[in-house]
Amino acid sequence: MKVAYFPGCSLHSTGIEFDISVREVCKAVGIELEEIEGWICCGATSAHATNHLLSLAMPAYSLALAERMDVEDVVAPCAACFNRLKHTAVLCQDKATFEKVRELLPIPWENRLRIRNLLDLFVGMLEEIKPKITKPLSDLKLASYYGCLLLRPPHICQFDDPENPTTMDELLRACGAQVVDWTHKTECCGANLTIPRSDLVVELTYRILKSAKTAGADAIVTACPFCHLNLDARQADVHRVKGEIFNIPILYFTQVLGLALGIPAKKLGLRRHLVDPFLIPTLRRR
Amino acid sequence: MPRVGVFVCWCGVNIAKTVDVEQVAQKASTLPGVVYSTSYRYMCSDPGQELIRNAISEHKLDRVVVASCSPAMHETTFQRAVSEAGLNPYFMEMANIREQDSWVHEDRELATEKAFELIAAAVERVKRAQPLEPLEFSVEKKALVIGGGIAGIQAALDIAEAGFQVYLVEKSPSIGGRMAQFDKTFPTLDCAMCILSPKMVDCYRHPNIKILSYSEVEEVKGFVGNFEVTIKKKARSVNEDLCTGCGLCIERCPTKATSEFDEGIGERKAIYIPFPQAVPLVPVIDREVCLWFTKGRCGLCQRVCPAKAIDYSQQDTYIKEKFGTIIVATGADIFDASVYGEYGYGQHPDIITSAQLERMINSSGPTKGEIIRPSNGKHPESVVFIQCVGSRDEQKGYPYCSRVCCMYTAKHALLLKEHLPNVKTYIFYIDIRAFGKGYEEFVRRVQDEFGAIYIRGRVGRIYPENGKLIVQGTDTLLGQQVKVEADLVVLAAALVPRKDVKDLARKLNISTDEYGWLMEAHPKLRPVETMTKGIFLAGTCQFPKDIPDSVAQASAAASKAIAIMQQESLFSEPVVARVNKNKCVGCFSCKEVCPYSAIEEETVLEQTSGLEKKIAKVNPGLCQGCGNCASACRSQAIDLLGFTSEQLIAQLEGLAKVERE
Repeated sequence: MKVAYFPGCSLHSTGIEFDISVREVCKAVGIELEEIEGWICCGATSAHATNHLLSLAMPAYSLALAERMDVEDVVAPCAACFNRLKHTAVLCQDKATFEKVRELLPIPWENRLRIRNLLDLFVGMLEEIKPKITKPLSDLKLASYYGCLLLRPPHICQFDDPENPTTMDELLRACGAQVVDWTHKTECCGANLTIPRSDLVVELTYRILKSAKTAGADAIVTACPFCHLNLDARQADVHRVKGEIFNIPILYFTQVLGLALGIPAKKLGLRRHLVDPFLIPTLRRR
Repeated sequence: MPRVGVFVCWCGVNIAKTVDVEQVAQKASTLPGVVYSTSYRYMCSDPGQELIRNAISEHKLDRVVVASCSPAMHETTFQRAVSEAGLNPYFMEMANIREQDSWVHEDRELATEKAFELIAAAVERVKRAQPLEPLEFSVEKKALVIGGGIAGIQAALDIAEAGFQVYLVEKSPSIGGRMAQFDKTFPTLDCAMCILSPKMVDCYRHPNIKILSYSEVEEVKGFVGNFEVTIKKKARSVNEDLCTGCGLCIERCPTKATSEFDEGIGERKAIYIPFPQAVPLVPVIDREVCLWFTKGRCGLCQRVCPAKAIDYSQQDTYIKEKFGTIIVATGADIFDASVYGEYGYGQHPDIITSAQLERMINSSGPTKGEIIRPSNGKHPESVVFIQCVGSRDEQKGYPYCSRVCCMYTAKHALLLKEHLPNVKTYIFYIDIRAFGKGYEEFVRRVQDEFGAIYIRGRVGRIYPENGKLIVQGTDTLLGQQVKVEADLVVLAAALVPRKDVKDLARKLNISTDEYGWLMEAHPKLRPVETMTKGIFLAGTCQFPKDIPDSVAQASAAASKAIAIMQQESLFSEPVVARVNKNKCVGCFSCKEVCPYSAIEEETVLEQTSGLEKKIAKVNPGLCQGCGNCASACRSQAIDLLGFTSEQLIAQLEGLAKVERE
């Protein structure tokens, strides 16, 4: 299966290990990723806070480029990119909005492609993936963390239950891991306030880390580069403010799936995290 | 040639301000067939009607056009006026020059012209009117009340007291409904059962009331005064005539199941009486769990019953009865709180609904009145209530306000404090809606004397931590996030329409609103009637209501039913559809579009061939004169009396002629 790949800025920078693992895993399960040539910013950072029309036109431009490719689906692993692309596709189902956006685009756009996130794609082909899982992670206890942008607003994202999502749990279980039942799987990590209100972010991050630890998780698994950055990089601040050391690794679900598929740890970017995943004894052997 | 009189109303300034009524009246006198025309300030007033009656005799009028308001307002008034002067009431036609003219237009000249056009059309139509006579039919002096909650009980008692027979049909094993589950009632804190059970006993003992418990309405046919209803009496497996209610069978039964009456937090046996004051006090066997029915063994209850009342072979039976009127009082369901994933209802035992707390507080409930944390059986020290679970929420529930939750939550906060003086109570709310008599004072008391802490805002998440539940929400008055530690969380789940209400509505031919509440005929002026004559609504099947409102509505519905049944015979509106037997080809397109099931099949001999053919026939008792059949009929065999094609075409021609001039 060939899909158009929209990596977004994070997967080219702070979340490069997400990109690395996405590419590895997709190769392993038979998804051909073709990066959209000339893609531009999805607008998640400031466009949608300043100009509504612009926030639709920016993703629309990249989607228009993708329509030139021989694909049905656009895959955006980053939750924020997924959210913006999906917003555009859904809101432009309204004819008047669609026309306004189209006028701004230098190239034709039909709004005909499906916007997928990777979780959605993988869970959809779980039966095909399962036989390929050669190294199940049976002694790993994981907390699946969905964050907000993958699920909300529900009428836009149209993906899983916004309050009690289970898709990632399903995928991780298929990887052989034990998935813990915990309380903060959709709580805000505070990433959007990371610069102006870092005090709040420390508090929010602390709650999530605490909840995962209480539930007995060895690691937290995310689907969003913002969540990842925040939970991974803030642990030092949390230690300073709250006096509590967590040292709980934050993994991408693609990394977990990659390990289960038998891809060596070094090819999945596991060494790029701040909290060392190899603190977990099981992973040291991979 | 008919002699038409035209009467133009000023309606004070309502019409006269925009329409030159005098000019219109003058101009109308020139229309062909019009022999008299005048205008008057208030045509509906006594002198106005007198003016019409006098003109009829003075000018020998045989047709009348009243140009005033909508026929929905005053058609009956003017029909009565003309019939008092000796004319058939259907020789009066109204031209609506208020709602359809003066109220919606500003240009006086054009509005005046339009008024004239409408009158011209009405004149053409009335000239072709035929005299219509109402149909007379008998009334069965027996009422059916569906639903044995407080509304159904009250309605049944009122009707029985008035001297009419009542069948009270209840789906569950006992009458009593929701109110029987309650501990105390707001705002007076009367013990619910203490005020309900005398009424239940009254029902049981009343010579005019027949209670059919564990029964459901299967089929409804017929029309007002003559409903034919089939009631299914579900197999109880216990002979009601023999059973003494001693309870030995229940004591010995080895099988347990979750109690519906205790809202899932208690247990009952496979053979059970839902609550001690049940009426009738006869157990029922739950065949889904009973060992005899599931595995073919046990039979203990049958062996121990001293009255030999246990009968495993009992079958569902069907009772066919005729009723003059029907009162629907089927009540409401409770919103499924597990829809709110963030609240964790169903995932943690200490998160319960208000209905479950009610059972817990009740001394005949599963905990014998002890308020405990289901997780460990200990008394809670801190309890959080969350209002509007499923109500006032378009995203996950219903947009409407469920009306009773603010009050029962306040009641619960008070009762909790009475049971456990050291308990802390917190109530998350959107607005406090304490609208009834003594309600606001009650809520105030709960805050001032019983120390309930009201927090204005919604809860975003509830999660367990260190053996407590952390309730995380916002205080919108402080503009801050708050976290409250709770031992028990109580969700005020909204009242929602019964799951199976649409089935019942279809059987009864009454409508439901967008949510599934049964529809009243008019939200203000006909609140207990349905659009189907002879069927009335009482209690929460129409919309969430508290006990006083349910009782008031039940008595209102009963009095409406009594007003019909005390008549010797009923007269129906003659505006019904009629089938031309020669033209009808028996395609029955009319049957498909008739919302009242008024089209029946009739076999006649065809005139020319002498062969039998099936054609449509309108049951005038059921027909409400909507005209769907007339417009659906391909061979133009159906006419709506009073609205015949001839009349309508003449009316259109009336308009067209004016246009040409």
